[in-house]
Amino acid sequence: MTGEIKSESSAKDVATEVIARILAGETHLFHELIRPVERSVFVMLFMLLRNESDAEDAVQETFIKIYRNLHNFRGDSKFSTWVLSIARNEGLGWIRKRSSRPEEPLEPVLDESSGDYTPALLTDWREVPSEALERSELRTCLCRAILNLPPIYRDVVQLRDIDELDVHETAAVLGITEGSVKVRLHRARALLQKQLVPVLKGFAPAAKRSWFGRRV
Amino acid sequence: MKIDCKHVWQHISAYIDGDVDAVLRAEIDRHLEHCEICSAVMDSTRNVVVLIADERVFEIPAGFSERLHRRLDAVLSESSPGSFSPT
Repeated sequence: MTGEIKSESSAKDVATEVIARILAGETHLFHELIRPVERSVFVMLFMLLRNESDAEDAVQETFIKIYRNLHNFRGDSKFSTWVLSIARNEGLGWIRKRSSRPEEPLEPVLDESSGDYTPALLTDWREVPSEALERSELRTCLCRAILNLPPIYRDVVQLRDIDELDVHETAAVLGITEGSVKVRLHRARALLQKQLVPVLKGFAPAAKRSWFGRRV
Repeated sequence: MKIDCKHVWQHISAYIDGDVDAVLRAEIDRHLEHCEICSAVMDSTRNVVVLIADERVFEIPAGFSERLHRRLDAVLSESSPGSFSPT
């Protein structure tokens, strides 16, 4: 490693090269290949299955499938995009299996064109700094707001805002158009803003004025 | 062209992602300069996007990675990739 910043294409080449070595017999390299994506795969499956223990089992099954199908990776997409597509299918398979259990209904299907996407209106906003995430109540609020999004919006938030995939990659994982990704992301962010603004206000640092006011 | 608040809200997500053209961006910027509501909506939406992207929001269970790689070790030692044939 020479320390230079890797471009996206060279990162893709590295993954392709490592895969070739694994297929040639250096199977231990599979551990290193998947380390950068295992967190994203867990989050995706946790969001789909809403249960840590099921998500963890599904992650293990996903990576075993990926290992056994490694020869099918063509290198025309990024390795992470390919992995997330497989993980998503694995998660949807688990949901289908569960749906035969009456106590766990399938997630409601939402019409993309319906709903209220007007943001929460306010006149002042004090930024909630990232340090506030040290508070578990804030983490819980954010986590719950994301999990409570309708599934089609939750998917794009996860891939675009949490995993930081680009629009093209997100569209590829979800099998939808880039236009749909943008529309869904816009609505998802509006829904999150609307739901979170009243809650987040309580986590913003006190305004300077009131701080000095109290000191007097 | 002057744009109204609703017009700005339609483009918030694209604006945050830098996915609006220069003319529209300038219009939105001009609107934000004098509209308290839209400025607060824009800032709060951006704040939400930054917070949810933080790795601390979704905690990974303790020992998750170790258990995953231990399970994979067993699979890696018994089969080479692609050689698996279901029994």
